[in-house]
Amino acid sequence: MELDPLLLSRIQFAFVVCFHAIFPVFTIGLASFIAVLEALSFKTGNPLWQKLSKFWIQVFAVVFGMGVVSGIVMSFQFGTNWSNFSYATANFLGPVLSYEVVTAFFLEAAFLGVLLFGRDKVPQGVHLFAAIMVALGTFISSFWILSANSLMQTPDGLELRNGMYHVVSWADALFTASFAYRFIHMALASFLTAALVVAGVSAWFILQKREFATNRKALSIALWMLLILAPLQVVVGDFHGLNTLKHQPMKVAAMEGNWETGTGVPLILFAIPDQQAQTNHFELSVPKLASYVLTHDWDGEVPGLNEVAPEMQPPVFIVFWSFRIMVAMGLLMVVFAIWGLLLRYKGKYQHSRSFLQGLRLMSLSPFIAVLAGWVVTESGRAPWLIYEQMTHAEGLTPSLTGGMALFTLIGYIVVYALVFSAGVYYLLKVFRGGIEKANRPHEQQEFERPKRPFSAAHASLEEGDN
Amino acid sequence: MEQPFDLTLIWAGIIAFGVMMYVLMDGFDLGQGILFPFAPDEHHRDVMMNSVAPVWDGNETWLVLGGAGLLAAFPLVYSVFLPALYIGVFLLLAGLIFRGVAFEFRFKAKTSKYLWNWAFAGGSTVAAFAQGAVVGAYIQGFETENFRYVGGALDWLTPFTVITGLGLVAGYALLGATWLIMKSEGEVQQWAYKLAPRLLLMVLVVFAIISVYTPFVDPYVKERWFSGFSAIWLLPVLALYCAFTIFKSLRKGQEGMPFVATMGLFLFTYLGLLASKWPYMVPPNYTLYDAASAFESQLFLLLGFLFVIPIVLAYTAWTYWIFRGKVKAGGYH
Repeated sequence: MELDPLLLSRIQFAFVVCFHAIFPVFTIGLASFIAVLEALSFKTGNPLWQKLSKFWIQVFAVVFGMGVVSGIVMSFQFGTNWSNFSYATANFLGPVLSYEVVTAFFLEAAFLGVLLFGRDKVPQGVHLFAAIMVALGTFISSFWILSANSLMQTPDGLELRNGMYHVVSWADALFTASFAYRFIHMALASFLTAALVVAGVSAWFILQKREFATNRKALSIALWMLLILAPLQVVVGDFHGLNTLKHQPMKVAAMEGNWETGTGVPLILFAIPDQQAQTNHFELSVPKLASYVLTHDWDGEVPGLNEVAPEMQPPVFIVFWSFRIMVAMGLLMVVFAIWGLLLRYKGKYQHSRSFLQGLRLMSLSPFIAVLAGWVVTESGRAPWLIYEQMTHAEGLTPSLTGGMALFTLIGYIVVYALVFSAGVYYLLKVFRGGIEKANRPHEQQEFERPKRPFSAAHASLEEGDN
Repeated sequence: MEQPFDLTLIWAGIIAFGVMMYVLMDGFDLGQGILFPFAPDEHHRDVMMNSVAPVWDGNETWLVLGGAGLLAAFPLVYSVFLPALYIGVFLLLAGLIFRGVAFEFRFKAKTSKYLWNWAFAGGSTVAAFAQGAVVGAYIQGFETENFRYVGGALDWLTPFTVITGLGLVAGYALLGATWLIMKSEGEVQQWAYKLAPRLLLMVLVVFAIISVYTPFVDPYVKERWFSGFSAIWLLPVLALYCAFTIFKSLRKGQEGMPFVATMGLFLFTYLGLLASKWPYMVPPNYTLYDAASAFESQLFLLLGFLFVIPIVLAYTAWTYWIFRGKVKAGGYH
């Protein structure tokens, strides 16, 4: 069997980046949630807020640690598997990634220490400031990385000279046409992730009748967040889609499963796209709706995949279904947001077992939605690595063989599987310990240090107590 | 664009300084991992880990910055070294991940402690070996064509790079042992005192082999070393002086000096390496000027660094000040 280094490298990158993305998307939102809890505690002096904050800070510490560990691989992956791409874009990508480290990573690392271990060492206001700085750091980080990604989607401000891109306008290159949409869409996704995880975990505690009053407060905040953000995200997502239609029409054509350019195009609810035959099987659709959604005109013209040669089309099946999964998750979130509001009117959202059980499951939905969304936008760009400038094949490391790529693909899967199992196992222990354990008086141990996120959590790795 | 001043040289200085800082800082804590299996009991291991607990993971951020900074200032290094050392880079990263996670979980573990001990020791040793092999591969040079690496997957793995790999494992172990002398007391310190001279001997033997071997591997270095008298010979002399100081201070039972002198040994060996290869950054074909990124990009980043780094240092110093004061001994139990 011929091993294709290109395909294997793409699988490897997808695997590593998906694995990594789970953690930051959660910590970005959670950092802001913690900052809000600390601010409420600072303002009202109600001990309930601090109790909540102490617990969620422990969760944050573990997830943040996992994010750091899995992130190390990312900064080397560009060079090992995509050296032609790295070399060509280094004049832009190098400074951007370096700025991410010095403006965000160091900020997070320094103030995380104060947030985790400084509660009794600094005034409360300073501790709140540290919480805000950590949250700010997560946002600065996503600014740089999304700027880099947006440049790959809608390149601007660059000029190609002797095989290397040179930056002619930093403003144009940093703020490309799709950047603002992507950034807002992603920021909302992070907030939604935090809201749904907080809601799910609080619901679980409430079902177990643990720390009822405290967890009810957390659930209440999370549900208000959900109610505002979930519908807003649908609107923002729609704008992002229209922006994509303007700049990357083939991606939208793949999302819609639309093979031929036409007017009055139906919105497809279900289909099995067949790239070989350039058609859909078992199609179930609503007439003219896609035209209306994309052009706000029932008979608007919508571009189809036939505008480019089949080998220049994105992988339709993957993009089509990832998009539907993302949208389905988003709509489910809206359903739960409204359900929560109705129950709140009757004053019983904290007593409805089916609602609380549903929320427990929903805590997985934002992760599924975010990963599906990234698959849509990244696969939808194919075959381009930098849209209409450089293909995946051109960006690949020339000396890379299929065997090498397979070796490291298996290697990373094994390493991450081990690390991830240990991390999730430990996180579940922290959840099980709950607010009660996070607030138990605890003697600071020798090994608990500001530079070590995990040491903020007190659970032991095996059964039993410590 | 006409370049008003030599930014590339400034960046070479920054990167060279960064690499040295990383080697010294991560060196002594990787050293704890390398020495881990040889520790007599769990108490020794607890002390060893505690001695580096507060500092080790800042290094991970520096490593990420190293990767990104290299891409920004010398993209050719990034895009030739990483493909050429593909398998080695994977081993390095896997090693660092395992030891990082082991660090966190060992403190939380009871029955599974031995597993995390092995992850810590194995990860540290593999990472140190891989870093040493990178140094060897740099001396060997890379097969390149038109700014691309065109060699095979395992070209880097030669008897020479195996020796440089082992050399760095021994070197980090020495750095780790002398660090331990400085940071521990009693039984653990005595153990480290016993280890250090043996490790020093190993390091010197390996360094001697590498020094004899290198001119045969690289004619460029041979030329530089042996074409008449050159000031370059001062560096190995200084390195040997450091080795002698380590030996002397160990015999006198000094606590800080062995570590300081070991850092000196590393520094002069490193400078010797750079002086031997100068100005080649991706040998044998490309100098630092061939490897550099565009002037505007180097400038864009440097200006930002000049503004941001003082702020970073200020708040980092502030957090150290908050957590100032001595850490109580004893620790884990």
